[in-house]
Amino acid sequence: MKRTHVQARINGEERDFLCEPRQSLLEILREELGLTGSKEGCNNGNCGACSVIMNSRVVNACCVLGVEADGADITTIEGIAHGDRLHPLQQAFLEEAALQCGICTPGFIVSAKALLDREPDADEHRIRFWLSGNLCRCTGYDKIIRAVQRAAHQLQETQA
Amino acid sequence: MTTIERPAYRVIGTRPIRPDGVEKVTGKALYGADVRLPGMIHGKILRSPHAHARILRIDTSDAEKAPGVLAVVTHADLPAAADRVEELGESAVNVKEVSENILASEKVLYRGHAVAAVAATSPHLAEEALKLIRVEYEILPPVLDVLDAMREDAPLLDDTRRTRTLMTGELSEKPSNVASYNRFQAGDVEAAFAEADVVVEREFRTKMVHQGYIEPQNSTANWNADGTLTIWTSTQGAFAVRNLVAEVLKKPIAQVKVVPMEIGGGFGGKLPIYLDPVAALLSKKSGRPVKIVMSRTEVFEGTGPTSGTVIRVKAAAKGDRLTAVQASLFYEAGAFPGSSVGAGSMTMLAPYNVENFVIDAYDVVVNKPKTAAYRAPGAPAAAFAIESIIDELARRQDVDPLVFRKVNSARKGTRMVNGIAFPRIGHEECVEAALNSDHYRSPIEGPYRGRGVASGYWFNGGMQSSVVVAVNTDGTVNLIEGSTDIGGTRASLAMQLAETLGIPYESIRPSVVDTDSIGHNDVTGGSRTTFATGMAVYEAGMAVRREMVARAAKLWGLPEDDVEYTDGIIRSKKDGRQLTFKELAAQSARTGGPITGKASLVARGVGGAYGTHIVDVEVDPETGKVTILRYTAVQDVGTAIHPSYVEGQIQGGVVQGIGWALNEEYVFDEQGRMVNSSFLDYRMPTALDVPMIDTILVEVPNPGHPYGVRGVGEVPIVPPLAAIANAIYDATGHRFTELPMSPRRIVEALNGLA
Repeated sequence: MKRTHVQARINGEERDFLCEPRQSLLEILREELGLTGSKEGCNNGNCGACSVIMNSRVVNACCVLGVEADGADITTIEGIAHGDRLHPLQQAFLEEAALQCGICTPGFIVSAKALLDREPDADEHRIRFWLSGNLCRCTGYDKIIRAVQRAAHQLQETQA
Repeated sequence: MTTIERPAYRVIGTRPIRPDGVEKVTGKALYGADVRLPGMIHGKILRSPHAHARILRIDTSDAEKAPGVLAVVTHADLPAAADRVEELGESAVNVKEVSENILASEKVLYRGHAVAAVAATSPHLAEEALKLIRVEYEILPPVLDVLDAMREDAPLLDDTRRTRTLMTGELSEKPSNVASYNRFQAGDVEAAFAEADVVVEREFRTKMVHQGYIEPQNSTANWNADGTLTIWTSTQGAFAVRNLVAEVLKKPIAQVKVVPMEIGGGFGGKLPIYLDPVAALLSKKSGRPVKIVMSRTEVFEGTGPTSGTVIRVKAAAKGDRLTAVQASLFYEAGAFPGSSVGAGSMTMLAPYNVENFVIDAYDVVVNKPKTAAYRAPGAPAAAFAIESIIDELARRQDVDPLVFRKVNSARKGTRMVNGIAFPRIGHEECVEAALNSDHYRSPIEGPYRGRGVASGYWFNGGMQSSVVVAVNTDGTVNLIEGSTDIGGTRASLAMQLAETLGIPYESIRPSVVDTDSIGHNDVTGGSRTTFATGMAVYEAGMAVRREMVARAAKLWGLPEDDVEYTDGIIRSKKDGRQLTFKELAAQSARTGGPITGKASLVARGVGGAYGTHIVDVEVDPETGKVTILRYTAVQDVGTAIHPSYVEGQIQGGVVQGIGWALNEEYVFDEQGRMVNSSFLDYRMPTALDVPMIDTILVEVPNPGHPYGVRGVGEVPIVPPLAAIANAIYDATGHRFTELPMSPRRIVEALNGLA
């Protein structure tokens, strides 16, 4: 099958790759670029385990074609921490024990970051609403919500 | 937290960060699907479109010639399997049936049953090649309902299967879809019914539901040049995979190495094997490593959910006493025998002291996926039935439902249905804590609002564990173990070792290693790991302590009896000389070499556990939507090693129970095709569907464990189904006896349309 040349900015780095029209962005990230932090739970946009930020919007990478990423600015879970310094959301997930098996965690952290970037004062209901596209089967969501609230609080304090 | 008689611990009860946490929040942790090997190719499975059919012919010749295809396999490539049973911890499996389930030979028994597999240079090419495999089927009528399957004239899944009566071992004369029948009984139910103030009789139904782990099954296999086999997979039991693969492929166990990758949820569903032997055979044929990852539809259709059930209960009360229970449990096993009806029948009455009972249990095959364990397998459906009935009896007798449970509670010495007396258990304490909770003392007001309670029990497991503790010269310690960490056990095990050795938690690095690198460990199932592998960790830690005492005694020229080990300090009782753990570790080369401790054991002294839940709901009579307003789960956890992860287990179990109660179900059409095999249509709870889940940890230490540990993971899914049904009754006056209590069912019932 004919492959298309695609260029995109991924986690701040210019990347290019050859892509079949049928390949999803998720497949490209995982199989071509070695970014396996985005997970495949359903491959049809229902679980959110592959959430990435594309041009400031949260998308399910399984529902974006690789060729659509041409010229895009993409942040995956691998681009959330600054070097060794964890993002406050990552630290809060650890301290609140907000993960059990951890397979949904990258998607939750990416999705929650997109929320807090635009609504740092989101309340519990808003957080639950925003994260309702991410499924977790282990935690019952309680500690995930608390972790996001904790990170939001901390981000607001450092900005104040 | 309600704590009963607990010693002062230094590390146990604290909430440190888990050792594998940073890797998981940064996306670096490697799960099964993340495996990538040089030369690796991709496998895909062809599955039956029919629920019941005879395979007449499979022609793979065109697929073999398709672009990129390097291997095709069918059942013909599997060695003939022995007809014998292998214990898997929470479930036992017949090796021949495992082999048939992996790739069907003569018959397909459910839609989604694997028939053939292809390996190609890309997953897309493998998928395209599947379309070129021609399978000729003779379609047979499917049997989809458990009661239909028991009828005399029902089509048989297996003409040779006869009903085994478990009490006697006898086989029925006629073939049947009923694989087994069992009965527990005591006392005289008829006399008790005759003398009762009130007798209630109802039939309950639950649908097949899935564990719903977010990570699909996967397996990567490499058939090495020397004939040995390496498998990388996500599993709840690397050793179970190794032993079963060896059995199915007829290889010596030592020639199969299983490398456990991080696992993205299991809840019992990742105990069986599906893909591993197929990937192995494809690798053997192609000479390449082969990776297979299931799609979500394959997970729903081709792996084991838990049984749909029909449960009939007749029960009686006299005053505030539960005097008799008669119950019949009919559980779908799926395509092969082995539903969870045994555990359902044994846990059903475990919270209570009831003198007169008869419980009949039927394991029935139907043309649906072979069921697998799902968190306290069998218990939630049984608890849904009995706890709904208990609620009704309490109301009829005008007794508070929690008080009724307290009065009738099982306690130490009460006999289980199998006649064995309970050791120290904590049901009464849970009910007491629920009665005293803020939640239960608060009023519940408003139209269509109601409150429900229910209890539940799970046995918990013991079984086999092996660990090695290696002390390094800088005082750090490697904890080498083989129990799958599915939700924080690296933390709970390292914490127990830190407690035993009296050293900081941060000094210990736990690793879950492959099957070549540690002795056998049974599966992470039955809520056993923190308990049983924790016991092995304690024993290995004590071995290290004894060794360090011996080393110090040697250094100081003292008899070992004159040296003691306290809180990580090794001290002479004679003259007060002392060395810290770290100082003595530094001297290991001079005192006899590396310091290690190991333990391999079968964990005895398992402690069963109880939960009692309180839930407030609001029902919208127009849309049928049920909103969970407030939820409190009380549970006897023995000792909470890491309370955050204990709470997390309870919260997760509760929310799975909420999904089961309100929305989740396999929907089949008349031909036995699942019509909702996606996360859009199989509706699991989202963050927006549930409130915070409050937990009350009751700590009744298990006398059978050095730190009083009881398993905690499974109990919390047992009470929610009934607790929510009881709350909906309180809110609407309608008693729902069929799950899920979905918006459609609620609207129909409240409008008299059902």
